[in-house]
Amino acid sequence: MSVTGLPDVVAVAARPPARRARTSLMIGLVLLGILVLVAILAPVLAPHDPDAVDPNRVLAAPDGSYLLGADDFGRDVLSRTIFALRVSLLVAVSSVVVATLVAVPLGLVAGYFGGWVDTLVSRPLDMILVLPALLLALSLITILGPGSTVAALAIAVIYLPILARVMRASTLVTSQQDYVLAARARGSGHVATMVRHVLPNSIGPVAVQGSVLTGFALQLEAALSFLGLGTQPPTPSLGGMLADGRDVLSLAPWLEIVPGVAIALAVLSFLLIGDGLRRTLDPDGVAS
Amino acid sequence: MTRLTFVVRRLLLTIPVLWVMTLFVFMILRLIPGDPVRTMLGFRATPENVAVARHQLGLDEPLWRQYVGWLGGLLHGDLGNDLISHAPLSELMSQRLPVTLELTVLSMLLAIVIGVTLGAWAAVGSRRVRSLTDGAVVLGVSIPDFWLGIMLVLLFAATLGWLPPSGYVPFSDDPAGNLRYMVLPVATLAGAEAAYILRTTRGAMESVLQRPSMTYLRAKGIGPFRMVAGHGLRNAAPTVVTVIGIQFGVLLGGAIVVETLFGLPGVGRLIVTSINQRNYPAVQAGVLAVATLFVLVSLAVDLVVAWLDPRVADGVGT
Repeated sequence: MSVTGLPDVVAVAARPPARRARTSLMIGLVLLGILVLVAILAPVLAPHDPDAVDPNRVLAAPDGSYLLGADDFGRDVLSRTIFALRVSLLVAVSSVVVATLVAVPLGLVAGYFGGWVDTLVSRPLDMILVLPALLLALSLITILGPGSTVAALAIAVIYLPILARVMRASTLVTSQQDYVLAARARGSGHVATMVRHVLPNSIGPVAVQGSVLTGFALQLEAALSFLGLGTQPPTPSLGGMLADGRDVLSLAPWLEIVPGVAIALAVLSFLLIGDGLRRTLDPDGVAS
Repeated sequence: MTRLTFVVRRLLLTIPVLWVMTLFVFMILRLIPGDPVRTMLGFRATPENVAVARHQLGLDEPLWRQYVGWLGGLLHGDLGNDLISHAPLSELMSQRLPVTLELTVLSMLLAIVIGVTLGAWAAVGSRRVRSLTDGAVVLGVSIPDFWLGIMLVLLFAATLGWLPPSGYVPFSDDPAGNLRYMVLPVATLAGAEAAYILRTTRGAMESVLQRPSMTYLRAKGIGPFRMVAGHGLRNAAPTVVTVIGIQFGVLLGGAIVVETLFGLPGVGRLIVTSINQRNYPAVQAGVLAVATLFVLVSLAVDLVVAWLDPRVADGVGT
């Protein structure tokens, strides 16, 4: 290393980004694949009924039958985590999918037409960003009541303006490209041009942002369930399990460790996928 | 655009933002499906009780008059009364807001110290330093803040017994005790923030260090420490401060969960308990207080960035 370390910085910057992108993407996809498989096959894989109460096994430590221990009702922590992962992934993915489905057309139209159309679409969306994310979610839950559907909806509302902004920024760049102008000159209508030429070439940064946001959506859902405002019992949720186990933390730490690790791994998989996609689909950093 | 015009423009821009916020908070109570008064009071309330409560909340008037009256009260510092304790909410806020402020400000300071130091080090460090900080960032971002808090309680309170797991004493009553209670919540909240600030500082510092001016300084024989701490940080500061401002919103959200986790009597915990109690006026006051704080911090950050980098105020951009 030189005195300032500058050559190292240059060396790292000059390293081909493709390899790192592939590694991130692969690790992320494999990790997510395993988690999704576990979630889908929950009824087959879970060794016990997640809701089965066993008074003889209250707070039982991990052993051969209950691999990750039992909770304060004697329920199997592993089985509950597997089923909770299902709910968490479903809420996180569906909220981001809904937000994307609304945000992409809005951002596309705003970025493509610009001018008053842009103002009409973008200003109301900016208003949503006035409140910090969790505060907005809590406000919506106050209005609609707690539950996993409301949590998913709240997360979708929070991410809608973010994704629309990314799509708009990306469309602004794409709309000026020669091939778009050429399509217009050839007589292609606005809708056809947007859908056929602008959309496919602008969607990359949205995919990047979308996968990162899915990770954060998972954290948000867990936080809301931890506060008792997301997924409601008896449905197992990772945040809810963390809230339940807090009172017996020193007696049964596995109740807190297992769901937390599950959340962290799931979030990590989405962040790695986002990182890998960014390096391939969005080298200019529009998504950030 | 002169510096003064920029400041005035930015201040004026805060007014519509605050206005949209009041509109939003006002609508919370009105958008609740069914009869919010009946939901608040429960099904055993007599029709007379419901009518009295509705009148007290002003819900029997036309919507626009309700809003004007509510906004007028707000401008005079009247947030309405708590439904359960019947105490004025402005009083409750003045007790709770300092707790939230202490928690968020201390967390942000800790996150800045850790994030900027490690970020600057990573920008010039060896490959091993870079991989270590890379790992720290990934961990900090992936781990939910409240889970980090639970793990800290498990280690420092339940196992080692060094710190209290939860609770609070006001700083004015017992400064040392107050800080003892604050250590774990602040560390919890600062963890993820430090990761974001680290990443931003490193990125900003790397691009600053590649500028020709830095090569010139190096040619002049300036040592690595002065290069990074003196010139590098000064030039990376606008980017870092901007991200700190954005992250403050995330921090305020995190404070809601962390206050609940550690039993701190702040605004965040008030919002959560009030939602469960259907104490809607308290929810509104809490949301308004936290959101106003967020708007004011964003304003302060924009002004600081313009001061650090006058090109922002001149409209040139960086």
